[in-house]
Amino acid sequence: MTVTLFAQVAAGGLLMGLIYALVAAGLSLIFGLMDVVNFAHGEMLMVAMYAAFVLWHATGIDPLLLIPVVALLLFGAGMAIYRLLIQRALSVTFNRGMVQIFVTFGLAILIRGAAQFVFSGEFKSINASWLNGKRLDLAGVFLPAPQLAAALVCLIAFALLLAVSRTEFGRALEATREDRDAVGLIGIDRDRIFALGWGLGTATVGVAGVMLASFYYVSPNVGANFALIAYVTVALGGFGSLLGALVAGLLIGETEALTALFVDPSLKQVGVFAIYMLVLMFRPRGLFGTL
Amino acid sequence: MHPADTGIVRRRRRELLVAAVVLVVLAVLPLPIHDTYTRNLIIITILFAGLAQAWNILGGYCGQISLGHALYFGVGAYVSALLLTRLNVPPGLGMLAGGAVAAAAALLVGWPCFRLSGHYYAIATVVVGEIGFLLFLNWDFVGGDAGINIPYVRGLGESWLYMQFRTDKLPYHVFALGFAAVTWLAAWLIEGSRWGFVWRAVKDDPLAARSLAVRVFPSKMAAAAISGFLTGMGGAIYAQYVGYIDPDSVMSGQLSILIPLPAVLGGVGTLWGPLVGAVVLIPLSEVSRSYLGGSGSGVDLMIYGGLIVLVALLRPQGLSSLLPSFGKARDARAT
Repeated sequence: MTVTLFAQVAAGGLLMGLIYALVAAGLSLIFGLMDVVNFAHGEMLMVAMYAAFVLWHATGIDPLLLIPVVALLLFGAGMAIYRLLIQRALSVTFNRGMVQIFVTFGLAILIRGAAQFVFSGEFKSINASWLNGKRLDLAGVFLPAPQLAAALVCLIAFALLLAVSRTEFGRALEATREDRDAVGLIGIDRDRIFALGWGLGTATVGVAGVMLASFYYVSPNVGANFALIAYVTVALGGFGSLLGALVAGLLIGETEALTALFVDPSLKQVGVFAIYMLVLMFRPRGLFGTL
Repeated sequence: MHPADTGIVRRRRRELLVAAVVLVVLAVLPLPIHDTYTRNLIIITILFAGLAQAWNILGGYCGQISLGHALYFGVGAYVSALLLTRLNVPPGLGMLAGGAVAAAAALLVGWPCFRLSGHYYAIATVVVGEIGFLLFLNWDFVGGDAGINIPYVRGLGESWLYMQFRTDKLPYHVFALGFAAVTWLAAWLIEGSRWGFVWRAVKDDPLAARSLAVRVFPSKMAAAAISGFLTGMGGAIYAQYVGYIDPDSVMSGQLSILIPLPAVLGGVGTLWGPLVGAVVLIPLSEVSRSYLGGSGSGVDLMIYGGLIVLVALLRPQGLSSLLPSFGKARDARAT
């Protein structure tokens, strides 16, 4: 094996890892805020990919420019899901943990069915982006432009999420996370913060979805695989930790790429899961988790 | 006997009586029905009622939300099928071996995972299930992605020990019903035993339970072993019934959700929840799939998903709370 091949694979793992990290960041944000795992997270990714596809198909605008539009759409969708379903699920007095899991799981099936109904099961892809076919040559290591752009956008989105956490709203988020009942006393509307948190979490996965759609096929079931990775990423990094999601995402991207290279491509996820189980043996709350 | 106990004792005896009636009704149910589709539907419904009850023992009574039960189901199915194809062990016995190996798997999974709590545990079980799926998919000894065909043993004819029936599917109804009855009885025994109380304490507040000298970890392991054993037996019965298994049909992540779903919608941690949930859910999903899903339009998925959301939100304590005599209302009045 040559050094170039190794570098090529490692670079691919890094780029994919950043996308995993951003998908996981949205999930982690919602969990950290209100202790709810969104089992429809992968479907949100799928919705964002379809939104990018439809908008591109209808207008011909490059997917890169569609990022704000799709993010805004997903922000609205996240808020609607909170207001219509999650708010109710949180107010349940009996069996709350299980109700949350199965409400979001039922929602996932519903969205998948709707996608199948509207778009049928066939694979779609966006193949006319400005990025398509371009690539960067770094001393023999080729980085395809769509993946590279996706990774850069993910980094920017992470920086934005960090910036948001420093604003007044970010502090309100943090306060609500600390004590969801006490914040009412200082004039913070808990449900509004939760709804905005859901909006922000799904908008984050929306950004990842647009970038993914520029080089990955879209189908009603595309979310399932990414969601599984996202759950592992979040649990590995620690629920609620943004830094944890980033580190774990990169770790998983690399593990997946290197397992595929050194062991067997069909076992790449087993490598990821093995790392995860190993870390959880020593750190049951993940690498950076405090919750 | 302490006067406060008599109410409980009487209620438990009544539950046993109701169960006997339900068993008889379910036993004769397929006799007047000769259409294969409906008979199959009844068998699958009863099988899933049993599987959901097996899950309920760990997830409901002990409060450990496992989303990886397809692993135990698949292990049970594979062990009995492999014992038959490689060593010619009759599935009637292989079923018990399958259950035992599944119980061992549950203990092996529980050892690292029961240190985790809440969502960390749930996600760890998803991952363990997925690891099992991927390993079986890539393991040639167990047939890889081609799976295993359960052979027809020649010169044997109809055999209960080999669970082999060529002309009639009705005996499988007996197996499914017997399986469901065993799981129900296990849950009933647990409810009345010291274990049942200890497990509920572990479920409600592990820290408080620990301070009362409840051994939390061994309790979870015991619940996992029983739940795993029963789920594995269910897998073995399923394998004989359908005659062909592969990782997709007996180990998929989808199945890990389908197993607890009837218990969750019917009523978690209740005796009748899994059966009620299965009776509502399985026919609905099967019928909507065969009438609406054939074209791949997704309408069946939308109905199914919507129903799960609605029931979970409107009846968080489960559909079985709508039944007149087994709900919590009577208990509340009694105390």
